[in-house]
Amino acid sequence: MSERENIFTRIREALSVAAPGPGRHPGETRKPASLPTPADHRRVLPAVGTSFEDRVALFAKNSVELRSDFKLCQDQLELVTELKKRRDAEGWTRVASHKGPLTDAGCQALSLPVLRTDAAFDKVELEKCPVGISECDALIAQTGSVLVTSRSAGGRALSVLPPHHVVLARREQLLADLPAAFEMLKKKYGGDYPSMISFITGPSRTGDIERILVLGAHGPKKLTILCV
Amino acid sequence: MSTAAAQFRQDARRLTADLRHRQLIQTALGKYEVKRDENKALFQDYEGARQFAAETKWEAINHLDQYLDQFVRGLEARGTKVHWATTAQQARDLIVGIVRGKNARRIVKSKAMTAEEIHLNEALEKAGFEVVESDLGEFIVQLRNEPPYHIVFPAMHLSRGEIKDVFQKKLHDAPSDEPEELTMVARRVLRQKYLQAEVGITGANFAVADTGMISVTENEGNARLTAALPKTMITLLGIEKIVPRLEDLGLFLPMLATVGAGQLISGYNTMYGGPRQPGEADGPDEFHVVLLDHNRTAILADAEQRDALHCIRCGACLNVCPIYRNVGGHTYGTTYPGPIGGVITPHLRGLQEWKHLSYSSSLCGACTEACPVKIDLAHHLLQNRRNATRQKPSGWQKFAFKLFAPVANGRVMWMLVTKCGRIGQKLHPLLRGKPLDPAYCWTKTRDLPPIAPQSFKEWWRTRA
Repeated sequence: MSERENIFTRIREALSVAAPGPGRHPGETRKPASLPTPADHRRVLPAVGTSFEDRVALFAKNSVELRSDFKLCQDQLELVTELKKRRDAEGWTRVASHKGPLTDAGCQALSLPVLRTDAAFDKVELEKCPVGISECDALIAQTGSVLVTSRSAGGRALSVLPPHHVVLARREQLLADLPAAFEMLKKKYGGDYPSMISFITGPSRTGDIERILVLGAHGPKKLTILCV
Repeated sequence: MSTAAAQFRQDARRLTADLRHRQLIQTALGKYEVKRDENKALFQDYEGARQFAAETKWEAINHLDQYLDQFVRGLEARGTKVHWATTAQQARDLIVGIVRGKNARRIVKSKAMTAEEIHLNEALEKAGFEVVESDLGEFIVQLRNEPPYHIVFPAMHLSRGEIKDVFQKKLHDAPSDEPEELTMVARRVLRQKYLQAEVGITGANFAVADTGMISVTENEGNARLTAALPKTMITLLGIEKIVPRLEDLGLFLPMLATVGAGQLISGYNTMYGGPRQPGEADGPDEFHVVLLDHNRTAILADAEQRDALHCIRCGACLNVCPIYRNVGGHTYGTTYPGPIGGVITPHLRGLQEWKHLSYSSSLCGACTEACPVKIDLAHHLLQNRRNATRQKPSGWQKFAFKLFAPVANGRVMWMLVTKCGRIGQKLHPLLRGKPLDPAYCWTKTRDLPPIAPQSFKEWWRTRA
């Protein structure tokens, strides 16, 4: 017998005896009627207001706490201006990015050499880029997170290898909460998920030395989110 | 007493008296507590969330065969190679075999308690490979040749000075003892390791059955890099990591971060469903998932303690445990310390050798209250004590209860003994704290509370 079969045999044997119900003491065997649903999750998770303004306000508040740099832009022109501001402040000489309506517009306006990560690229070159500019699948107000996938945001490395990650998002991508994000994923990708789905919440951080917060442990030291 | 128990006693005695160690732990956990409570308060119904989490894990564990099968089929459909290991040895051999097959030399690894459990690094190093831990805390304890002190905060027991010293000694680079600068040293060193490594090894926090994905939680981005740059990715996880559906993570990710680290959600929560897919520009060419049993099916077979497999390794029970906070993580001598370690280590490594961990508990119940998936840890510790005694009864304990029973059951005997006790305690100061003291075990480190001058009955009779 293979190890797989051995393990399955032991599991089935073990499960032939019923366990006490969840979160209860021995003897209390009431089982839940059904699995908690995303609607149940929404009822217990931190509250999020219903309007777009509520979501923006909460995302902005979370960004301050997380030390992300979040800016809601009026139009594409303002987005490009904000991007150029950061280029000049940090002295970018090249950028890494991928194909997309927002990233293309952004990269064009920056007029810098672009390393594209959606075709074969050299990871050593990517490591040397001062900034990675990507799109995303969603922003999540509840947690201040950016949701990226290997398909929407230029692969696996772009959003984590350069020291500054700039996310360009559209305002309809700003979702209320985590249940909404998983619902969106299911709708968008259905049975064909990208090989990586990542919720990025703030710049890379560590508290491993005396529980003192340090940003940029391994991933980006800065996370900028420009929403248009 | 088992050798493990003797070692526990000796280390516990030393560390409870080590004021510097206590200071470090109290400061670290004090900060954690403030943030944990702030984030718990954000939940609309935290207790409701706990019950949902418990029900979801209950469903997964009590139908483990179905969900595991679904999980594996999902992974394989997208080109992931799935391996099965009953024992730690099998898991080590499998992983060494995969790395050898790739002709690899350098491995970068992100944090995985399961890898600690099977002593993977030693096996890989013995086979001639370079393994570098990339999580900052794990990197520090690896440089010190120590096991992690805590399942979430591996270097919690070290001061910045000690970390500076080890960086100086091993990396010859430690500009100051500022956490910021030390972190940047590690960043510089490890960046090169990611780029050079041929193989990346990660653990997993969850295994999503319906979409066939693993989910990895971290703050530093080191697991993201480990899963992005090397050509081969290996994930080692226990078979109990299952959750039924992708959307369950909407509940589990914030629960894990809140009680695990005092954050609403961790910095990076990433789901991987396979190697690089057609149309994707980067990511590993090969993705191997190694599923480990290592006596988890033995816990599964114990219906009473089956919920110990609900554990999401958040470390919340360690953080609130008065014993853990005093004796520290290394004293346990186990991969999983604290209350959860006390419950599962006897299943993983033998009841008689490890039963002392179930006694190193005040049974205050703080662990049970703290557990985000409602594992009844305090009662499981009691059950371990019961099972250990049932398996191997203790002669002197039986004898002591034989003596105690007539005293506790007879009114006259009880009155006589308590009266004697009251007289005896007047003489006690002469012996207190000396080896001749009959209560020496207690009084050498603690005060003995006095017996009340009057019993309740006496007081009732004389009340005005």
